[in-house]
Amino acid sequence: MAPLQPPRRKDPLKRTRLPLLPPGQRSRAAHHLTAAAAEGRFALPRCAACGTFHFPVREACPDCLSARIEMVEAPAGATVLSQTTAEVPADNYFRERAPWRVGLVKMDAGPTALVHLHPEGIAGSRVRLALMLDRAGQAVLYAGPEQKGADPMTDPQWREMTADPLHRRVLITDARSFAAPALAKALVAAGAREVRLGLPEAWKPFAAEKLTALPGVSVVPLDLGSERSVADHVRDYGGKTEIVINTADHMRPGGALGGSLTATRDAMEAVVFDPMRLAQALAPAMIGRGADGPTGAAAWVNLLSVHALAPSPALAGWSAAQAAALAWSHSLRADLAQGGVKLLNLFCGPTDSDWFQTWPQPKVGGAAVASAAVSGLKRGLEEMFVGDVAKDIQARLAANPKAVEREMRQG
Amino acid sequence: MARRGYEDVVLTVPVTVPYQRYSVESTAWWAGRALAALAAGAGMSHRDFDGFSFASFSAAPDSAIGLTQHFGLSPRFLDFVPLGGVAGVVSLRRAARAVQMGDADVVACVAAETNGVHTFRYGLENFSRFSQDAVYPYGAGGPNVSFALICQNYMAQTGATREDFGKLCVAMRDNALKNPNALMKKPLTLAQYLEARAIAPPIHLFDCVMPCAGAEAFLVMREATAKAQGLPYAHLLGSIERHNAFAEDPVQMRGGWAKDMPELYAMAGTTPTGIDVVNTYDDYPFVCMMQFEDLGFCKKGEASDFVQAHDFTIAGDFPHNTCGGQLSAGQAGCGGGHMGIVEVLRQVTGQAGPTQVSGAKRGLASGFGMINFDRGLGSGAVILGGEGA
Repeated sequence: MAPLQPPRRKDPLKRTRLPLLPPGQRSRAAHHLTAAAAEGRFALPRCAACGTFHFPVREACPDCLSARIEMVEAPAGATVLSQTTAEVPADNYFRERAPWRVGLVKMDAGPTALVHLHPEGIAGSRVRLALMLDRAGQAVLYAGPEQKGADPMTDPQWREMTADPLHRRVLITDARSFAAPALAKALVAAGAREVRLGLPEAWKPFAAEKLTALPGVSVVPLDLGSERSVADHVRDYGGKTEIVINTADHMRPGGALGGSLTATRDAMEAVVFDPMRLAQALAPAMIGRGADGPTGAAAWVNLLSVHALAPSPALAGWSAAQAAALAWSHSLRADLAQGGVKLLNLFCGPTDSDWFQTWPQPKVGGAAVASAAVSGLKRGLEEMFVGDVAKDIQARLAANPKAVEREMRQG
Repeated sequence: MARRGYEDVVLTVPVTVPYQRYSVESTAWWAGRALAALAAGAGMSHRDFDGFSFASFSAAPDSAIGLTQHFGLSPRFLDFVPLGGVAGVVSLRRAARAVQMGDADVVACVAAETNGVHTFRYGLENFSRFSQDAVYPYGAGGPNVSFALICQNYMAQTGATREDFGKLCVAMRDNALKNPNALMKKPLTLAQYLEARAIAPPIHLFDCVMPCAGAEAFLVMREATAKAQGLPYAHLLGSIERHNAFAEDPVQMRGGWAKDMPELYAMAGTTPTGIDVVNTYDDYPFVCMMQFEDLGFCKKGEASDFVQAHDFTIAGDFPHNTCGGQLSAGQAGCGGGHMGIVEVLRQVTGQAGPTQVSGAKRGLASGFGMINFDRGLGSGAVILGGEGA
């Protein structure tokens, strides 16, 4: 399949195609698959009593009728049994994108399933399954080539389920973020058409040249705290932004009683209200461009702290701001979903930013953030844990959230 | 335990309320026309029907019970069978036992379906949980993609060809042209069939049924009642029903008929060669071929040769889907499963008029329904015998 070409200049007389979504209705149990897909895991329902995998998700095991159905990591290999191409699908979303390839596969885990099938998959061929979030934000199975390193990226069906930066224009909200240089570099390497970095308080010194030396990278004034600055930016770039990477942060240490209220309010402003201001101005334009060709608006990425999920008493005010930002991001995700635009939250451990200077290693550097962001966009994920500390807290939260609360007292 | 026969239970008064592609009337309207035609045909009041078995996908928010008040019925046997293409067989089997055991005297079996411009789409969106979770999100809204996957495999495994499917479709269209109620009015040639546009290969345009509004109905009663009313009737000689058979087959290659077929003929005291007219469930022509195999007309995997060796028109040596089938007469939702029973009832009682197969005494009608996920779940078949069968 030919690699995706950069989009042509848009015809200003043509109406932008409004986003349609694939059928999004699911049973409550099916959202176990959504949870796995959001993190890029391949997990299937398995009976805890007799160990049989089954699919679709059931309320009782068809082999032994146990109600103990668990989601477990499953082998992702499968063999294609049969394939077709929907030339005239009944559903409008698929009709616009037809022909659409569909296959029936026998999973190595046992069950059979309908899948979105990559272009070369035919009966008898081996495929590798992935649980993906489709444009409706719901879990679906995609069957790609089995060989390691084989790239499904050129398959338009795969692109529908991902937010690949290739040929897209990206806004990084804060050029002064510790992660900004690495993000710009990684996005350029991933083929982003433009990377725009917002520079708050542009009168303060800033060495933009290092960034703008990269092809397609620019630095423009942008104060998320200012209505006017945000409005000016959106007026110029609202229809030219397909991916937003929100790096806004304002970490100041301090406990629940000893911390500065002013610092907490500043954190709330920076982490919660500033991105809200940008989203209210920019996100409607992105939602409207969710189906604007193969490089239409695709994703909003938030750089959050893992303390949004597990507050640190030593960082009380900031943790609260992170938690507020996380809560708000779920509502933003719901709104973006109307246009098929994804929202990816990166949960980081302590970072290489100035305010974590005294924190012990391991810390998350810009390169780790950038690599996670690009990988998450390419795979269409919703949640990623970046760095060993974040992954450790994720595992501990899954096991016992109350223990994490107590353990956080020790930092 | 050997199954007990149906003894003096008979089917009478075959009713088809002529189909329409689209209808502004409600499903209840179509059910009402069917009941009125049953009453008129039987020469009795609909209030004398003390059993009511109703099949529909489009009756919401009503089920069978609400319709009793709607139509002034007071049945002592009530059944609701929204089971798609197998509803007719299921409905008939239950009604026959109710009559045989005296739980009811006259059961009206009615399948009615309306079809507004958007009815089919609404029906799809709420068809089944597995479909919602694991079929529609793949662009497989409607059965075409799902059956294309089964058909592709069937062709690969058995060597069946589009020419085979085309031969069946052309014969059905030929039959439909003799049925004034069939929706399809133009002749179809094999070349037209083969050149039709692809819907989801190997499924092409003429492999697909046309959803429509319509109703199919018949009465189940004791032989003495039919005789007293002076009604032509047919005996229910044998029946089978099976759901979710062969779940272990990775792709559907057979239906539950393959499991129960010996019982069907043993019960009816006949063999496949003793059948004069056959109406299979034809949501797709390859499904007819699967039934030829599973119902014993040929061996598994040999339907292609069987199709090429026979003539499936009304005057042919293997009269099949004599009313035109769903493919040429239309698919009135759940009525598709009743269509074959009603047509075979007409045939074996000599009431088929322009589609009559001369000398037809014994006929087989089969049903197949509900593609819940990756395969059709329900299968059933009945053998009806007219006078002298």
